[in-house]
Amino acid sequence: MASEEAPVKAVQVKLVLLGEAAVGKSSLVLRFCSNDFNENTSPTIGAAFLTQKCRLENRIVKFEIWDTAGQERFHSLAPMYYRNAAAAVVVYDITKAASLEKAKAWVKELQRQANPNIVIALVGNKLDLVSDGPAKSVDEPAEATTDAEGDDSTPPPPSTTAQPSSSDSDDLRQVSTAEAETYAKESSLLFFEASAKTGANVSELFTEIAKTIPMESLAPKPAQGAAAAGGRGGRQEQGRGENVQLGEGQQAKKGGCC
Amino acid sequence: MDEEYDVIVLGTGLTECILSGLLSVDGQKVLHMDRNDYYGGDSASLNLTQLYQKFRGTPPPESLQLGRDRDYAVDLIPKFILSSGELTRMLVHTDVVRYLEFKVVAGSYVYRDGRISKVPSTEMEAVRSPLMGLFEKRRARNFFQYLQNWKEADPATHQGLDINKCSMKDVYTKFGLEAGTQDFIGHAMALWLDDDYITKPARPTIDRIILYTQSMARYGKSPYIYPLYGLGELPQAFARLSAIYGGTYMLDKQIESVNVDENGVFTGVTSGGETVRAKKVIGDPSYFGAGKDLESGGKVRVIEIGKVIRAICILKHPIPGTDDSDSAQIIIPQNQVGRRNDIYIATVSSAHNVAAQNVWIAMVSTIVETSVPEREILPGLQLLGNVVDKFVSITPLYAPTSPGTDENIFITKSYDATSHFETVVEEVFDVWQRVKGEKLVLKKREVELEA
Ligand SMILES: Cc1cc2nc3c(=O)[nH]c(=O)nc-3n(C[C@H](O)[C@H](O)[C@H](O)COP(=O)(O)OP(=O)(O)OC[C@H]3O[C@@H](n4cnc5c(N)ncnc54)[C@H](O)[C@@H]3O)c2cc1C
Ligand SMILES: Nc1nc2c(ncn2[C@@H]2O[C@H](COP(=O)(O)OP(=O)(O)OP(=O)(O)O)[C@@H](O)[C@H]2O)c(=O)[nH]1
Ligand SMILES: [Mg+2]
Repeated sequence: MASEEAPVKAVQVKLVLLGEAAVGKSSLVLRFCSNDFNENTSPTIGAAFLTQKCRLENRIVKFEIWDTAGQERFHSLAPMYYRNAAAAVVVYDITKAASLEKAKAWVKELQRQANPNIVIALVGNKLDLVSDGPAKSVDEPAEATTDAEGDDSTPPPPSTTAQPSSSDSDDLRQVSTAEAETYAKESSLLFFEASAKTGANVSELFTEIAKTIPMESLAPKPAQGAAAAGGRGGRQEQGRGENVQLGEGQQAKKGGCC
Repeated sequence: MDEEYDVIVLGTGLTECILSGLLSVDGQKVLHMDRNDYYGGDSASLNLTQLYQKFRGTPPPESLQLGRDRDYAVDLIPKFILSSGELTRMLVHTDVVRYLEFKVVAGSYVYRDGRISKVPSTEMEAVRSPLMGLFEKRRARNFFQYLQNWKEADPATHQGLDINKCSMKDVYTKFGLEAGTQDFIGHAMALWLDDDYITKPARPTIDRIILYTQSMARYGKSPYIYPLYGLGELPQAFARLSAIYGGTYMLDKQIESVNVDENGVFTGVTSGGETVRAKKVIGDPSYFGAGKDLESGGKVRVIEIGKVIRAICILKHPIPGTDDSDSAQIIIPQNQVGRRNDIYIATVSSAHNVAAQNVWIAMVSTIVETSVPEREILPGLQLLGNVVDKFVSITPLYAPTSPGTDENIFITKSYDATSHFETVVEEVFDVWQRVKGEKLVLKKREVELEA
């Protein structure tokens, strides 16, 4: 979009995922970051820290995505997790009513603990399992992408639903769009129904979050690169209020834009 | 809970969380539990409400106008991180550093003859420092140059001193350093708590001085760094490491019993009426009878080895004489106030996101030597100026009675009175050796090279 002229600086944004086990938190991230989906994921272990850039007209937002690493399973999430998060994606499974209740509890926790300016998105995942379609994006081309495994880098066109067994799969839905949307409106949350499996509404979700985050509220991040100029090993005079950079390899990471 | 674990870890203090993280990375199946509904145990940082609740059982008094609750993260145990020390190495090697942000502590001070002076962090400061007279500065310079040039393999640089054998006293004598300078070097730089080191071999003291000067050289100002939002972030960060590598976390779990078989070997723990089996258990002393009367037939697993008094003080001004530092350490060497152990003061403020604007938290601590510990910290309290509110605690220090290798029960030590985390890391290495029967080797994190 933006042409050669002024290179837009990426703003780094911490985004945390919350929600009951197995609602598809990691799957949504996998779809967003790698445009991939796995039928049989194991509970999140190993990689719980991903980054992905999101390009808007006037800025690039680099999401630093924190996945829960299973600590939420026994209500043992550390407050450090929400610290400085600019955005939170609270996920429930539209085929499990109880998962919405859990999501509401997370929203409450966030409103109590997290940065007051945090942008919270409520996401009803596994939209592909029901046939009645989402409340949003109804005007989008309805192209089913049931298997995105083989796709490469470019995100699929946003698709609404298309499910094989249309009539009786309806029964799977346990949370109506209206109910969740009303709750989201009351609590000032962004709201999406999405599918990590088909990719429906996934990039829309993250783009909307990127648009909504008030950039003024973001603490400037002088840490990155600031100390690097001081040279390695030698004395690094720190200006007042600047953070120190301990890991030497860290600031070396650059990476192009998506 | 019918799964079986390799290791159950009890308590989420920093030592336990580092061990839990390293064990999970090592591929062990870890269950980590805490009786509290928060992380950190004794190494937690509390908000204002939690602080008043813990010490007073009341909410913070409105009249003190301390600001927003959430602006506070008050440590229960004051420690700073030596920027070139072992904890830093651990944070970098495990990549846990990515979860945390640090700032330099603004100054390091030492008490001498009734006033405090900055520990020089540059040559300019050393030249101007009132800590020594002109001739003494020259002698001290010779000493520091000796350290700088000293090479293990080059006997010519040893100047006839075998620092592995000779005492620190011999070293001081060789360079003709005065008692005051010895105090300064031994306590403000080598960070010894008492004077026992003087008659012992010089090597450990010299290593500590070098660690101090390297840490000082790393960021200037002071040898210390401190995490934003308080020390309580450290155990949480290592807990996340553990969780990412498959560690299971359960907070708010009362531990009813630590179970053993007929040979006294660990079998599992019972919590909430359920028993979880595991091969080994690691935990802080509070899970093994510390501070409780022994049940009949029970085994004494921990003993008290001393007491520390700590006074958390809320101030509305920086500590006088610290150049308005937003954070600082002040060491009062024991000789200066006729004690056996040093008194430490650590202060932090909103600069590290641990207090509201214009509020400083100062912690005065020392090892208890008398039956009136509150009087022992007076020399420290007197340096603070007006104290808005103060919370004093006297905490016993516990150590395990046995290494635990026969029982597969590995108990950690309480956090000591040192002002930094070096002993915590030593403890991690020690427990690892006991648990695994081999030395802990931190695998070097791969550093990407820039093209
Ligand atoms: C009280 C005290 C505290 C110190 N604390 C630290 C510390 O925290 N971190 C650290 O890295 N080093 C410390 N030093 C050590 C001292 O700064 C080193 O000896 C110096 O860095 C040596 O560096 P150099 O070889 O580059 O300079 P040199 O060639 O040794 O000195 C250059 C010039 O600086 C002046 N100078 C250097 N050191 C001193 C001194 N100690 N006293 C008076 N003048 C001096 C002299 O005028 C000298 O001509 C301390 C020294 C003293 C006396
Ligand atoms: N049909 C369908 N299945 C999904 C979708 N998203 C995730 N799943 C499946 O749901 C299961 C759990 O997904 P994860 O992404 O691992 O869920 P999680 O919330 O990260 O789980 P934990 O890490 O255990 O908390 C997996 O079997 C996924 O394949 C979706 O949109 N549609
Ligand atoms: Mg997951």
